[in-house]
Amino acid sequence: MKKSVLFVGVGGQGAILAAKILINGVMSRGYDVKMSEVHGMSQRGGSVSTQVHFGDKVHAPVIGPGEADILVAFERMEAVRYAEYLKPDGVAVINDYAIESVSTASGQYQYPEGCVEAMEKLFDCRVLDAGAIALSLGSAKCMNVVLFGALTQVLGMEDVDWEEIIRQTVPAKFVDLNLRAYHAGREAALKTV
Amino acid sequence: MKVLMSGNEAIARGAYEAGVRVCSAYPGTPSTEIFENLPQYKDVLYCEWAPNEKVATEVAYGAAIAGVRSLTAMKHVGLNVAADPMFTAGYNGVTGGFVIVTADDPSMHSSQNEQDNRRYAMAAKIALVEPSDSQECKDFMAEAYRISELFDTPVLFRTTTRVSHSKSLVELGERTEREPFPYKRNIPKNSCAPALAYAKRPKVEQRLEALAEYGCTSPLNRVEMGDGKIGVITASIAYEYAREVFPEGTSFLKLGLTYPLPMKLIRDFAARVETLYVIEELEGFMEEQIKAAGIPCIGKEKVSNMYELNPARLREMLFGVKPVTRKPEVEAVPRPPALCPGCPHRGFFYAVSRQKDVIITGDIGCYTLGSAPPLNAMDSCVCMGAGFSVGAGMAQAFRQMGKPRKIFGVVGDSTFFHSGMTGAVEILYNNADMIPVVLDNHITGMTGHQDNPGSGYNLQGEIAAAVKIEDVLRSFGFEKVLIVDPQDLSAMEGAIREAMNASQRCAIICRRPCLLIKRLKHDIGQCVVDPDKCIGCRKCLQVGCPALSLRGKKSHIDPTQCVGCTVCAQVCPMGAISRKEA
Repeated sequence: MKKSVLFVGVGGQGAILAAKILINGVMSRGYDVKMSEVHGMSQRGGSVSTQVHFGDKVHAPVIGPGEADILVAFERMEAVRYAEYLKPDGVAVINDYAIESVSTASGQYQYPEGCVEAMEKLFDCRVLDAGAIALSLGSAKCMNVVLFGALTQVLGMEDVDWEEIIRQTVPAKFVDLNLRAYHAGREAALKTV
Repeated sequence: MKVLMSGNEAIARGAYEAGVRVCSAYPGTPSTEIFENLPQYKDVLYCEWAPNEKVATEVAYGAAIAGVRSLTAMKHVGLNVAADPMFTAGYNGVTGGFVIVTADDPSMHSSQNEQDNRRYAMAAKIALVEPSDSQECKDFMAEAYRISELFDTPVLFRTTTRVSHSKSLVELGERTEREPFPYKRNIPKNSCAPALAYAKRPKVEQRLEALAEYGCTSPLNRVEMGDGKIGVITASIAYEYAREVFPEGTSFLKLGLTYPLPMKLIRDFAARVETLYVIEELEGFMEEQIKAAGIPCIGKEKVSNMYELNPARLREMLFGVKPVTRKPEVEAVPRPPALCPGCPHRGFFYAVSRQKDVIITGDIGCYTLGSAPPLNAMDSCVCMGAGFSVGAGMAQAFRQMGKPRKIFGVVGDSTFFHSGMTGAVEILYNNADMIPVVLDNHITGMTGHQDNPGSGYNLQGEIAAAVKIEDVLRSFGFEKVLIVDPQDLSAMEGAIREAMNASQRCAIICRRPCLLIKRLKHDIGQCVVDPDKCIGCRKCLQVGCPALSLRGKKSHIDPTQCVGCTVCAQVCPMGAISRKEA
């Protein structure tokens, strides 16, 4: 068994924490795991990606086109950008949430319409507005864990105690918020099936 | 118990376990986190940020001469700066173990070129060690120091972005303290006077022969024998990809000591397989040597020497298997990195971009982003320090043509100390008609906030002497040093005009700390657009702030991104943008 999860979004959205919770969960099951991310210029509001690969034995820390089992997009245009990395029978968890880029804000480009619909035509998608869900829970900051909750619905690792993993991974004062975010994300992903 | 570590964390851990005592580096992606992870061991080792890679390498080498194990680390282009001491250290030898980490950046995620620094090991005739995952990053450090002391050679320890930044599981060990080699003056060994270098020259060749022999039994090189049909010689991250791509039964010769190559071991492995591949990222470094030794193999005729590899790409290049992908009918538009909202560099680049016919020679740092649209305020960007010296060269060329132009040479504070100072001297000494500008944000920003000689702190988090940029410039001979807050646009424009019209030698320092510096308290507010006053003229969009966009026909400020720097408010002709306090 080997699985690859690709988290994509915009610098500063908290994809790395989501990846970390996933890693701690799969490590608790004794799997080998590798994670890859790119630092540097990507910190400045650019498009970012974090990859997690786990299984009995993992060699490559990165994948190429057509190799991800699950794509978790923290922003809808980023889902489109990285769609080619998803296996044709893979699952996309998409945050129906848009962040302008400098290229669209300055009027140089138009932010594309129909990102989510285009993804739904091609892939099994779980679409949720994690930004609104996070706000309704009291903090936009827990959007990443809402998306993580949605991811657990398609991950197929029900034997992992994700609540416990979240408790161990996030700072103590944010445990309650993040547990609520996790459950809200799981529920939202169920509704979209 | 195993812990998840990046390659860089594991290298720091490896240095600690190997008993390293002195470490000096200059930050550079993807190497920076090695040194960010060293202060946790400061009870037993000394670590520092040096002004540049050459200084760092000399400091670490000096410590090796004094008799302890030492470490330096840098990104691949940093080794261009540090090459001088490395080559001579290769002749003189080390005494205490001396490891130079070079972190290469295939695909140029954060770099200006894709140079393959394995070539440096061959050129300097020193040992080259390449790990392929985090466990090897840690374990190979101990072995690198052993090789360094056993063969009296600096060891070039090469990673790539994916080795340095990927995380994988690591079994930790304990630190082994080492007795320093007693220091004795030894002029023939530690001086490179021509006659002494001449005498040492044959030893360098003998050392390479001995290392090639050693490589045949070194634990860094291993054979994973399969059925004998296909054999693959590989190293570094390419090994991990090859393991995913080649069929079951493939034999691997996985090399960790990759220069000099263990040719006997390679010849023996080649004889045991029917078809031999050499799989490596970037140049055909091993393949060229293996072919030159008369061993037939398949390599760069199939695998490109450009950009980083991944399993899908390797599979397609080797076996013609195209990845199966689906492409949405909607296309994503570019999302390039940009100067952050509230970035102090924005004011300078906006103000200078309003000047007609000026030339701006740029440099490496966050402020390279001043070249991006809509600011487009840069004519060149070459390497660290070139902001001043390339500008000086252009000034001399325009003078020769009889068509002088106004030139602004731009460097950051960390870059000023790195290699901008010598360019500033060049401007004065050779009377280059240009204005040096230091964008002083009190931090080394692009690499993720490291302290520098101007910031007042050192790597270990202690208060340090802060070298004042204005004192340096004045002592060189700049008669007028204008210090300005770049966020105050009228003051910024005034300084630019004053410098352009000055009869004395003039320099500008744009001074405002980066908003992301955690230890400072920042004046955070929030700007808002009054839609009744906004006429949709888009002037504010010209400052290139990620928080600004057009909603319908009116400007809109994203409250989650805006920090209230007011640069957009200062350019609005209608006074439609104002700041409310947070």
